[in-house]
Amino acid sequence: MALSTEDIRDIAKLAKLQINEDELDRYKQELSRILEFVEQMNQADVENIEPMAHPQDMIQPLRVDEITETNLREKFQCIAPATQDGLYLVPKVIE
Amino acid sequence: MEWEVVIGLEIHTQLNTKTKIFSAAATAYGADPNTQACAVDLGLPGVLPVLNKEAVAKAAMFGLAVDATINDGSVFDRKNYFYPDLPKGYQISQLAIPIVEHGKLEIALEDGSTKVVGITRAHLEEDAGKSLHEDFDGMTGIDLNRAGTPLIEIVSEPEMSSAKEAVAYMKKIHSIVQYLGICDGNMQEGSFRCDANVSVRRKGEMELGTRTETKNLNSFRFVERAINYEIERQIDVIESGGRVVQETRLYDADDDSTRTMRTKEEANDYRYFPDPDLLPVKLDADLLVQLQEQLPELPDVKQKRFCNQYGLNNDDAEQISASRDMADYFEQVVKYANGEAKMAVNWVSGELSGALNQNNLEIGQTQVSAERLAQLISRISDNTISGKIAKEVFQAMWSSDKTADQVIEEKGLQQILDIGELEAIVDKVVGENPKQAEQYLSGKDKVFGFFVGKVMQITKGKANPAQVNELLKSKLV
Repeated sequence: MALSTEDIRDIAKLAKLQINEDELDRYKQELSRILEFVEQMNQADVENIEPMAHPQDMIQPLRVDEITETNLREKFQCIAPATQDGLYLVPKVIE
Repeated sequence: MEWEVVIGLEIHTQLNTKTKIFSAAATAYGADPNTQACAVDLGLPGVLPVLNKEAVAKAAMFGLAVDATINDGSVFDRKNYFYPDLPKGYQISQLAIPIVEHGKLEIALEDGSTKVVGITRAHLEEDAGKSLHEDFDGMTGIDLNRAGTPLIEIVSEPEMSSAKEAVAYMKKIHSIVQYLGICDGNMQEGSFRCDANVSVRRKGEMELGTRTETKNLNSFRFVERAINYEIERQIDVIESGGRVVQETRLYDADDDSTRTMRTKEEANDYRYFPDPDLLPVKLDADLLVQLQEQLPELPDVKQKRFCNQYGLNNDDAEQISASRDMADYFEQVVKYANGEAKMAVNWVSGELSGALNQNNLEIGQTQVSAERLAQLISRISDNTISGKIAKEVFQAMWSSDKTADQVIEEKGLQQILDIGELEAIVDKVVGENPKQAEQYLSGKDKVFGFFVGKVMQITKGKANPAQVNELLKSKLV
């Protein structure tokens, strides 16, 4: 399955990636090849094989519900670009 | 033109675990901003989620309570979107294999009949943080304390056909999660909130109409109003020749309307995929057996038992069993008050609930314990005081630690049971008011109330009303 230039723009937008116009063609070819590879895998006969949600056949270990994290706000916030009154500040978002 | 309404609800229920779903940070409400947001909740590089056992158990318990399938091997997926209240860039949720599927719930309709509403699924996911849009010089403030709080999103089948049905369903779920002790049910704090999917179609049409989703409704009243507004809006659009647009809408409580938040074209493409950081969740059989044993008596069963055991009517039983704490309190009162169930219901849902509401208290914070209220009720049933005086005693009990007997004693509120004493008062009242007596005898029945009033005035309400009536009737001949 070949991707269009428009598909590449959409994917980049969803991933919040900025790509230059002259890169579009290269991404189109490379990503299309990944999809071709997936097509190839789709030809494998998987009848009677139970799908796995994870490559490792293991089960999720569970954690006991006990508070072990302490308040490290000061440490976390010293690497934040902007904070105020304990809040992280980000460019205005209103939905 | 007759219209049919189709409603489905998605209810977000915060699970009341001590820690987050994927981190060991605290979940308590109201902490200082970001003091309960650890590296995992912040989505810092190199962290890994570790699933909270209690969150899994509580979700499974909900499944048991609504006769659902509990999936062994449920899977977590990443729901990708960029919004600063979820710094990882995705929400961990469950898409293809949720922990709970195919449940059902019976709701009571206004006409007294019942209806079964299907529960499509209930999946585990993490809550997002909070965005504060005011007061930061054009910036948005982010508090990530709520990020990672465990939620189950309970999705109903689109099987409700009025706002009232939707509210009845939501109230039932609210009652059940509190009975199970898996959610505090606090809607003001956002522990229990709802999105409503609404569509309309002409009666008889098979195909569903285009639906809209109204987000984040955090009170039963808002749910009812938002749905009714949406029904009318959609019918208006279609009747004036337009088409309903599939979109997400926001309810505005101030002017009681909904408005567009984003349309289908702007809808997020979430690009779900299984989260490689998490493995399928297996439930060991022991846990399920244990949960089954812990399952409390649920509201429906309790309601029926209250009807049978205490002879309550259906409405009273429903009202008193809606909250587990209230039901427990009621049963305590009945026990201490020698089985005076009818009076217990009236007092618990009347005076006591009134006083709790007035003071913004929950039943667990009551000023009058079940034992104290029971004594008051006993004093009505043994004719020490009248129901009217009892209300006065209750008020005094509410604002002190005194027992009913102490209040009655101190204020001298015992009914006059001595028939001779009461007879003398009645004689006096009749004797002093010959004109009214004459009126009564000439057929003016209303004047009887005048005499009762006089007697009650003299006795300060302490006379037994039945005795007063009897005596007056025997004197006024």
